[in-house]
Amino acid sequence: MTLVGWIQIALYCLVLLLLTKPMGVYMTRVMEGEKTLLEPMLKPLERLIYKLSGVKPEEEMHWSTYAYALLAFSLVGALFTYAILRLQGVLPLNPMGFSTAAAPSYATAMTPDLAFNTAMSFTTNTNWQSYSGENTLSYLSQMLGLAYHNWVSAAVGMAACLALIRGFARRSAKTVGNFWQDLVRSLLYIFFPIMFAYSLFLVSQGVVQNFSPYTVASTIEGEKQIIPQGPVGSQEAIKMLGINGGGFFNANSAHPFENPTPFSNFVEMLSIFILPAGLTYVFGKMVKDTRQGWALLSTMYVLFIIGIIICYCSESFGNPNISAQNVETSTKILGDLGGNMEGKEVRFGLANSALFATITSAASCGAVNCMHDSLTPLGGLVPLLNIQLGEIVFGGVGSGLYGMLIFAILTVFIAGLMVGRTPEYVGKKIEQKDVKMAMLFVLAGSFSILVFTALGGVCELPAKCPLNSPGATYNNVNNAGPHGFSEILYCFSSCTGNNGSAFAGLTCNTPFYNLTSGLAMLIGRFLMMIPALALAGSLVQKKYVPPSRGTFPTHTWLFVGLLISVILIVGALTFFPALTLGPIVEHFIMHTLKVF
Amino acid sequence: MINDDLSLVPKTQRKKISLFQKSIIMRALKDSIVKLNPTLMAKNPVMMVVEAGSLITTVLFFRDLTIGTPANVLLFEGQITLWLWFTVLFANFAEAIAEGRGKAQAETLRKSRQETTAQREICKDKYETVSATTLQKGDIVFVKAGELIPCDGEIIEGVATVNESAITGESAPVIRESGGDRSAVTGGTTVLSDWLRIKMTVQPGETFIDHMIALVEGAQRQKTPNEIALNILLAGLTIIFLLVVVALLPFSIFAVRAGGSGQPSDMFSLIALLVCLIPTTIGGLLSAIGIAGMDRVLQHNVLAMSGKAIEAAGDVDTLLLDKTGTITLGNRQAVQFIPAAGISEKILADAAQLSSLADETPEGRSIVSLAKQFGLRERELSSVKAKFISFSAHTKMSGVDLNKKQIRKGSADVIYNFVREQAKNVPIEIEKEVEQIAQAGGTPLVVADNVRGLLGVIYLKDVVKGGLKERFAHLREMGIRTVMITGDNPLTAAAIASEAGLDDYLAEATPEKKMQLIRKEQEGGRLVAMTGDGTNDAPALAAADVGLAMNTGTQTAKEAGNMIDLDSNPTKLIEVVQIGKQLLMTRGSLTTFSIANDVAKYFTILPAMFGGLYLTHNTNHGPLWSLNIMGLHSPNSAILAAVIFNALIIIALIPLALRGISYSPMNAQSLLQRNLFIYGIGGLIIPFFGIQLIDKIIVMFGLAPFS
Repeated sequence: MTLVGWIQIALYCLVLLLLTKPMGVYMTRVMEGEKTLLEPMLKPLERLIYKLSGVKPEEEMHWSTYAYALLAFSLVGALFTYAILRLQGVLPLNPMGFSTAAAPSYATAMTPDLAFNTAMSFTTNTNWQSYSGENTLSYLSQMLGLAYHNWVSAAVGMAACLALIRGFARRSAKTVGNFWQDLVRSLLYIFFPIMFAYSLFLVSQGVVQNFSPYTVASTIEGEKQIIPQGPVGSQEAIKMLGINGGGFFNANSAHPFENPTPFSNFVEMLSIFILPAGLTYVFGKMVKDTRQGWALLSTMYVLFIIGIIICYCSESFGNPNISAQNVETSTKILGDLGGNMEGKEVRFGLANSALFATITSAASCGAVNCMHDSLTPLGGLVPLLNIQLGEIVFGGVGSGLYGMLIFAILTVFIAGLMVGRTPEYVGKKIEQKDVKMAMLFVLAGSFSILVFTALGGVCELPAKCPLNSPGATYNNVNNAGPHGFSEILYCFSSCTGNNGSAFAGLTCNTPFYNLTSGLAMLIGRFLMMIPALALAGSLVQKKYVPPSRGTFPTHTWLFVGLLISVILIVGALTFFPALTLGPIVEHFIMHTLKVF
Repeated sequence: MINDDLSLVPKTQRKKISLFQKSIIMRALKDSIVKLNPTLMAKNPVMMVVEAGSLITTVLFFRDLTIGTPANVLLFEGQITLWLWFTVLFANFAEAIAEGRGKAQAETLRKSRQETTAQREICKDKYETVSATTLQKGDIVFVKAGELIPCDGEIIEGVATVNESAITGESAPVIRESGGDRSAVTGGTTVLSDWLRIKMTVQPGETFIDHMIALVEGAQRQKTPNEIALNILLAGLTIIFLLVVVALLPFSIFAVRAGGSGQPSDMFSLIALLVCLIPTTIGGLLSAIGIAGMDRVLQHNVLAMSGKAIEAAGDVDTLLLDKTGTITLGNRQAVQFIPAAGISEKILADAAQLSSLADETPEGRSIVSLAKQFGLRERELSSVKAKFISFSAHTKMSGVDLNKKQIRKGSADVIYNFVREQAKNVPIEIEKEVEQIAQAGGTPLVVADNVRGLLGVIYLKDVVKGGLKERFAHLREMGIRTVMITGDNPLTAAAIASEAGLDDYLAEATPEKKMQLIRKEQEGGRLVAMTGDGTNDAPALAAADVGLAMNTGTQTAKEAGNMIDLDSNPTKLIEVVQIGKQLLMTRGSLTTFSIANDVAKYFTILPAMFGGLYLTHNTNHGPLWSLNIMGLHSPNSAILAAVIFNALIIIALIPLALRGISYSPMNAQSLLQRNLFIYGIGGLIIPFFGIQLIDKIIVMFGLAPFS
């Protein structure tokens, strides 16, 4: 740990805080259909889109219609991507001849299960990659099949969140908005303008943006090195902003072409949290009590800061087995190196690596600038737990806030009775149906992570089984002991949380893992989104109950503390037994000078 | 507990049955076994899971008994099984004892009804003796002095005094007669004098007594909306923890394979963990809390038609209170003599007293007693040779003639005229005083005589009941708005409302205006509670979220409300609201307590289950035994301690669940802080100490040997 490291972390928190309100104000204007600065430029385009697609934006939707439109849109997108992936052999823009007879020997086959997994992964905003892009996918697959989802899947999440916010904001209403309008407006007015400026900024920092052939360079030793090129800048921006996380290069944001400078690193981290942070303000603004939004943001901040402190401290402390070999591991004042440097970029140092890892897992991003598999046990526990909490600490675009709102509902329900009134949140009574939907949401996540991890841990398949070539499912782990368990746990947590990052070291491109993790992504996205929309439908009908002195206050630090406790007890304790058998036992064992 | 010092409710004579008397406990013990029936258990998903777990461990225990498992293992398994059963039984016991008092009361009522016989009319003047239970709607019965009225009905002939203490607890007899508002009689009450011919107005099984039996017995008890929602939450948590525990077996198998030491988790530990994690504390006490809430309302002599009404009472935002009888004592009293210029206060008092000696109205008596404070003794009517002029609609004044002196009192205009007739002046300052008193909500009574002219004014005032201001302040602190309903003019209403500390008033109230007010409040999302007794109150009573009807009220009013106050004391609405709040608070606090308990249980059972994994050489315990932060003796003693704690905490909290958590009115933020501190932080910490203590006791008695 160094002072400079802590200052960078503090600076990050501060800048994000300062940006929340302006971002929130702008997003509120966009989503409420009010005039914005970009209106003259984009309004004609918006109208044109409605006209061409036959959408009537003024037609308000019942929650079920909204959910139906959202699901239909996602399903069509998923089928489209699946088709492109499967047909890439006969489609154009496939110079390397992937999925054809002319494919190079190192190519990976685009099997149905891999295509299913990939289609699910991008449709659900997860960007889990069971494959290596450069030896599996044609340019068309990359650009049309996958990049498309980077845009729309984030907008879908935002739309679902808006529907839930409207559920709270509207009084005695029936409808929760128009899905198509929410989709189009968030893309046009929020994603496109930010993306445009953001891409230019990244290019200014040295991110490549070209269609050049790969550069061949000679190293000092005289070896030939192939340096890949590509339209990275534009891809990079949506990868971060849309909280997608699928990198252009395998090394993701650790690669100098994706993340060249400390400044670009800072902005990339900022761009992950900016939309979820802004949405908390949108919530406060739309329910006409901005304190409610700040309370949710404070909750996210506290959980995030606890995470980064644990992660940074434990990475700085490093591995006692290395110091035992008389290796100097103390962190230097300015260098912020030392501690556990395995899997980290020297350019970024400990603080920025720990910060990035905490951010990318707290938000369901999955982009990385260091290798999570190489984090210390407790350092790695932070991203794992962040994901398992349900991606609610900032979380995905939209999905983070609706997850947090569901925990707020549970908190109000459990503790709200203590003030002697039946529970209410921002003026809406929380009743049977609302609790049912909130519990379904929590159940879906726990079910997916626990059951699939259990399957991955014990399924005794015969060797050379077509479902899983290594045989038993636990043979797919490349590390012994509890770390292997952590890898399986991280895989299904990441997929269920729609995160997409991985403890690499798990061979996951087998039908078993492709199918199970694909299902986990589906459950983690839609079985959690549908209850949230149903909740919106239930809340929107309710009358508004004006607050009084007898109302359970939900804007105070006491509530923030309570919400954190419920998140930790209901969210985290569910996974505590699993975590003890993974990172926690590994931590204890590491201190007996044994590593995995 | 609700602060009884503030209570304005008179203690009734009905004998209160203690909850913890022997007969109730014996019955509850029996009932807790009966309630093991899975079809009854299915209502409570949490305890259903515990019962299923107990069954599984029982079967496994007997299997192990036959295959020669070592004694120390059997001892552990046997104890786990036993305590799991205890957990279920304790929860059943909590519910049974909550029902106990109601059941005992119901039995008494039922017994009295079964023993009642009736004289049924066959034709004119011909009667046959039948059992009360065989009466049908439309039957006519004859009841004479000393007999019980067999069924609810309408008097068609006769006048009688009736003792209704069986229903109301009020032993003073009331008069019931045919025709008019007092013609309804209730089965179970006793005719004290004379006789009545009564026509039955309800079907057997639907009488007031039947309703009362069903209510106190809890037979009709349906889960309230909030209780159902809470049950969903608890069921959801149970499923989540079920998933956690089910997944734990494969996880531990993986760990055993990877670490090469230890054993996969056994069924006894897994079921023990499951039972400890699922919210058994609140799951076991939830229905007891609800029943006890109904029971508490009943102990206040209020019959709630459903638990839903009590729950709604806790949510009430606006209380509509009738002025007369609730806020004021119901009659005006003299509080001040204001003499005219040149007249002493004593002279005015003397004149006022003389003029009121024959006045038997409360107002008149209050003038006499106020005058006593000026050293004027009450005079015998005969000692003064006086002719009393009583109030007549024609003169609109009353007074006394003493020889030639005529003293008169009356409303301002009338007395002004009287004074002017005597060719005397009406002083301007008196006119001002009169106006001021009227503005302040009082009634000015002007006194004059034919000799001295105008003497002064008596200030008559609506007297606000004592202690109300503080109660309304408490209600305000709790976020409840109080609105006074009165037929008075706005000026008077405003004055009384501000004196009694109410937030608002509805003056010149009519039933329509009352309805409008309720609608307006409800449209604003607020819940309204009100009291009423007249037939014209019925629509408002039905529309209000909590409608407390007075037992002395009309049948229509009683049917419209969702609660009936047997004491007919409108102030009781405040108690009902507080009981509602207390009920919800108890539920919330125990839920929080129950969930907070899980932290300690994890730190007990996880090291016990996983302590043997990843053993390195020459150690007894693996790395995860470090999670045993409480320093528990051994894995077996730890698991046993957690299960025992989990069962005992249910028993320990039964009194709290029945009594309700202690509660004094304050705002939500302070309430939350206080309850969160006690039940949240307490729930986090207490099990750490409790489990540690039980572990020590287990070790002391050697209940977990060789492990």
